[in-house]
Amino acid sequence: MTIHAALFYFFAAILVFAALRVITARNPVHSALWLVLAFFTAAAHWLMLGAEFLAIVLVLVYVGAVMVLFLFVIMMLDVNFENLRRGFRSYLPVGITVGILVLVEMALVLVSSYLKPGVAAAGAPVAADNTRALGRLLYTDYVYPFEIAAVILLVAIVAAITLTHRRRKETKHQNPGEQVRVHARDRLRVVAMPSEKRER
Amino acid sequence: MMDSTASPIVQLLGPAWPVVWTLLKIVAIALPLIIGVAYLTLAERKIIGAMQVRIGPNRVGPFGLLQPFADVFKLIFKEIVVPSGANRYLFFVAPMLALGPALAAWAVIPFSGTMVLADIHAGLLYVLAMTSIGVYGIILAGWASNSKYAFLGCLRSAAQIVSYEIAMGFALVGVLMCASSLNLSDIVRGQEGGAAYWYVWPLFPLFVVYLISGIAETNRHPFDVAEGESEIVAGFHVEYSGVAFAVFFLAEYMNMILIAALVATMFLGGWLSPWPLLNHVGIPGLGIRPFGDGLPWLLGKMALVLLIFLWIRATFPRYRYDQIMRLGWKVFIPITLVWIVFVATMMQTRWAYLFH
Repeated sequence: MTIHAALFYFFAAILVFAALRVITARNPVHSALWLVLAFFTAAAHWLMLGAEFLAIVLVLVYVGAVMVLFLFVIMMLDVNFENLRRGFRSYLPVGITVGILVLVEMALVLVSSYLKPGVAAAGAPVAADNTRALGRLLYTDYVYPFEIAAVILLVAIVAAITLTHRRRKETKHQNPGEQVRVHARDRLRVVAMPSEKRER
Repeated sequence: MMDSTASPIVQLLGPAWPVVWTLLKIVAIALPLIIGVAYLTLAERKIIGAMQVRIGPNRVGPFGLLQPFADVFKLIFKEIVVPSGANRYLFFVAPMLALGPALAAWAVIPFSGTMVLADIHAGLLYVLAMTSIGVYGIILAGWASNSKYAFLGCLRSAAQIVSYEIAMGFALVGVLMCASSLNLSDIVRGQEGGAAYWYVWPLFPLFVVYLISGIAETNRHPFDVAEGESEIVAGFHVEYSGVAFAVFFLAEYMNMILIAALVATMFLGGWLSPWPLLNHVGIPGLGIRPFGDGLPWLLGKMALVLLIFLWIRATFPRYRYDQIMRLGWKVFIPITLVWIVFVATMMQTRWAYLFH
């Protein structure tokens, strides 16, 4: 067994264990942290495949931003575990059916890609600077799908903001522009008062 | 570099030599860094003291030079108190999670033309990823402490870091457009030719945004609402004492030095000297060029950026939280977006040489 294979099994074991702990951990914050570990090990796998751009972006986007916001929300929730676990037995058959279906679908996809002869070439060693290669591909051959995906994301952002944003009347807020533009004469009135003679 | 001179050792260790050699290089980066942190704390107190017409620490050793060691020994011998109801495991893991990324990001910083631990292609992205992971230490410290003040501090800090990271990322986009590379060594080499070629000039708005976002990202004054003393005692590390607190302190100052190194590398020409003729000053026969390109210039530029950080801390009052958010989202992000589009447009005109 080469060092490469040993590393693969090492990371794979961590990845599977972390993924299992995500769904079995009792505390949701612990679940989120196990998910962070799972993302990290997946990034390590990609790094071993030579996909350094994808690996670093996985850490940057999912570990550095998405999971931070997840933790942010989960920490503030007061989750009652007894209530969550109550319906476990009644939902079990449905859950198992869905799980098996997902497993079969994934297996079908993987098997078909194994049987296809052209896919083996994709596993060939990629160019060393794959950030440049990926960028060139995204902005030449795949520029329209890429731009459409970007526009869909933009629409999603705008939609999310319009759905949740509301101007509340009772909160007080300032207008920084007005604060900057203010002059002394708007705030201060100098009143001339002649001094009076002291009476003896 | 030293492979030929150390050949008996190389033969003795055999296949383990690359691992040992890398570990030695890591120690050669981490050890000076920790000493640098120690003396940065002293410099901070001395410089702010001077700005406020005080003397600063001067009791321990000559000119107070042993003060950092006194502080460290004091912290080491203090008891570590675990709050009741705290999540014990995460409580101790949190400081390590803060320190780890702060150290790991140094792997790709080029100290000179040949001195870099990992010269990877996506170095800039790696730095961005590592600095964004550092927030976990703060969040978990606040959550695991089982304390209101710590929790409020960590929420403030998390929201602030995530917001300013966007502006920082956009500032880096400008740098990579100019250098047309993500490799930090290539970015430095792209600025060759003297101070007039540094990226600080074509990217001046991005430079200012990056510098200020860097201060916000490290939770330094005037953005230190995460540990605002008058509001939430000491923020996320209020329950920490002894060595656990010292590790947080170490991580914060290490991040400061890292931001300074990044500013120097990306905008101020890194290890290049500001005047190329200085490369020819010295004794050519012996190869001694005291003012040539190399590590001293990088250290000097880092010291300058750190001085600006301390200066800002001594000068400005603390921001209010909504003002911090406004500055990040409504001022910095639009500035960076506009400047990126401006740079991209100018690169298509005949003034493109100004931006490379």
